[in-house]
Amino acid sequence: MLNLKIERGPAPLWLRPLIPVIAVVVTFALVSVLILWAGASPFDAVYQLLINPLTRTSARADILMMATPILLTGVAVAVAFVCGYYNIGAEGQLYAGAIFAAWVGVNAEGLPPVVAIGLMLIAGFLAGMLWALLPALLKSWLSVDEVVTTLLLNSVMLFIVSALLNGPWRDPVSGWPQSPTIALNAQFPVIIARSRVHLGFIVAVVVALAVWWMLARTRFGLELRAIGKNREAAQFLGIPVRRRVLAAALISGGIAGLAGVGEVGGIHYYLIGSLSPGFGYTGIIVATLGALTMPGVMLSALFLALINRGAISANRELDVPVYLSDVIQAALLLVTLAVLLLNRYRIRWGR
Amino acid sequence: MMDSILVLMGAMLRIATPILFGAMGETLIERAGVLNLGIEGTMLLAAFNGFVAAQLTGSLWIGLLAGALTGGLLCLLMGGLSVTLGLNQHVSGLGITLLASGIALFAFRILYGGATTPPALADSFQPLNPFPDTILTPVFEQHWLTYAALVSVPLVTWLLNRTTFGLRLRAVGENPEAADTAGINVYRMRYQALILGGALMGIGGAFLSLAQLGAFAHGIINGRGWVAIAVVIFGNWQPSRVLAGALLFSGVQALQLRLQAAGVALPYELLLALPYVLVIAAIALVGRNISVPAALLKPYRREG
Repeated sequence: MLNLKIERGPAPLWLRPLIPVIAVVVTFALVSVLILWAGASPFDAVYQLLINPLTRTSARADILMMATPILLTGVAVAVAFVCGYYNIGAEGQLYAGAIFAAWVGVNAEGLPPVVAIGLMLIAGFLAGMLWALLPALLKSWLSVDEVVTTLLLNSVMLFIVSALLNGPWRDPVSGWPQSPTIALNAQFPVIIARSRVHLGFIVAVVVALAVWWMLARTRFGLELRAIGKNREAAQFLGIPVRRRVLAAALISGGIAGLAGVGEVGGIHYYLIGSLSPGFGYTGIIVATLGALTMPGVMLSALFLALINRGAISANRELDVPVYLSDVIQAALLLVTLAVLLLNRYRIRWGR
Repeated sequence: MMDSILVLMGAMLRIATPILFGAMGETLIERAGVLNLGIEGTMLLAAFNGFVAAQLTGSLWIGLLAGALTGGLLCLLMGGLSVTLGLNQHVSGLGITLLASGIALFAFRILYGGATTPPALADSFQPLNPFPDTILTPVFEQHWLTYAALVSVPLVTWLLNRTTFGLRLRAVGENPEAADTAGINVYRMRYQALILGGALMGIGGAFLSLAQLGAFAHGIINGRGWVAIAVVIFGNWQPSRVLAGALLFSGVQALQLRLQAAGVALPYELLLALPYVLVIAAIALVGRNISVPAALLKPYRREG
């Protein structure tokens, strides 16, 4: 075996701000193998991925648009993870929100936009909560592991969406498996001219700030963090652990539902099966990279959106498959987790 | 009537095969104290690598080996993260699933471009037919890997309960401190469980691309890894009961396919969702009296 010695001990102060930088550098070094395989220079690819999107106005706006859903799923996941509830079901909860939002949106003909959009957001939040309810109840009543139930419900939700789109909601005109288009007055306004950045971005930022306040300034948030740090101690202090975790799970589901509302109301204007290319799972990366804190979650959502946008540039300019961004994000997650240990441990070789 | 029951049984065994391999692998790993949510991506990349290796070398056996190696290597990575570094197992496992899936999709694009029809093998593993032209044909006409999956259940049971290896594996999953005191190398034991379990998962993935489909498509695993994890819980970490869970899921799945073929007036997607719902319900029902390996999810740190 390796004589790898890991000792507890704080990292030197100069190292701490460097940790995210180290993680990014290590990740790109690892991923450059794939970039070379695709026949491109890793340096060109890094330029396309991290710099090029920032140089153009339209690409900068795209980053905000792409950050919108993963900021919401990131916040959703963080709220649950903070108290040790591993909600892996943001993907399904997002679709639940999207279904309700599409239904409200389609039937919102004639309502003032404020009312229509408000109803969509409320319906989407409720739908996400509803889809998170069963695993949350099973967890708090029967101690059934939430990881498996939330994961399986993601699969179930995809079947439900498919049933809807191939059944009652199949577009009567085109015959495509997509829902009817939502009413004009339910479509989210664009907030930056000549871009696709929509109201959903503001919703996402407001939600993130609200959760920030909740976690940092309210008794409820403090209790959630206490439960996450030490469940037994929290119980002992008289915090109703099960009820708090249940509440956090539902809030988490609701916020994930909002991500679905944004995609229906601000991007597609109808429900489709490919609405989310895994935003729910990306939320787990966003939340973890952000260390479950709201400033961190906001930063990492923007950073992952930059990589997503950059992967499109890299694909156009260098013909590198766009899936590069999936690989980078996952690798970044694992590398960051490992590098974060530098905060707490010193590693020494030898006996 | 008899015929259709036999056909149903045949379909059940076929559907159960990849889930069984995955679930047996996961059982070994979890009994050693590691929850491996990397299973879904591990099976996908193993299916892909197995397919590519078979296509490049023209040998299905090399393909199968590549699948098993892929599984073992990804689980080795899981070990590095969760055993050596002691990182959160949920997040490490999901990270591996996302990483492996990303790599599979990336490599697929490079090797096969934007092919819309999935690339297929010139010839794949063919089913054995030990009872040709009898009423038993539909049950027993199966890939040898299906038989292997069924045989793996008593093998894993024997390994866990009747060998020193299994005793040690269970010890590090239940009480690593005591195991360490007794002179068992906790880290090495967990790594061994991960590699062996990973190889089984890899074979499960490769079964789909090398035998059942003879082709590779993005959605080839389609949640089977998650189902494997669910049936491990359903089976209370006992291989024979895990087998029961896998057969329950695949039985309902087979029935659902029959109903769909018979033209039942239900949206087929709801039938597709049925086995998932039933497994959740089953887990909820057995949820009260499960015996989770005591050290599951807990990284082991040797003091001093």
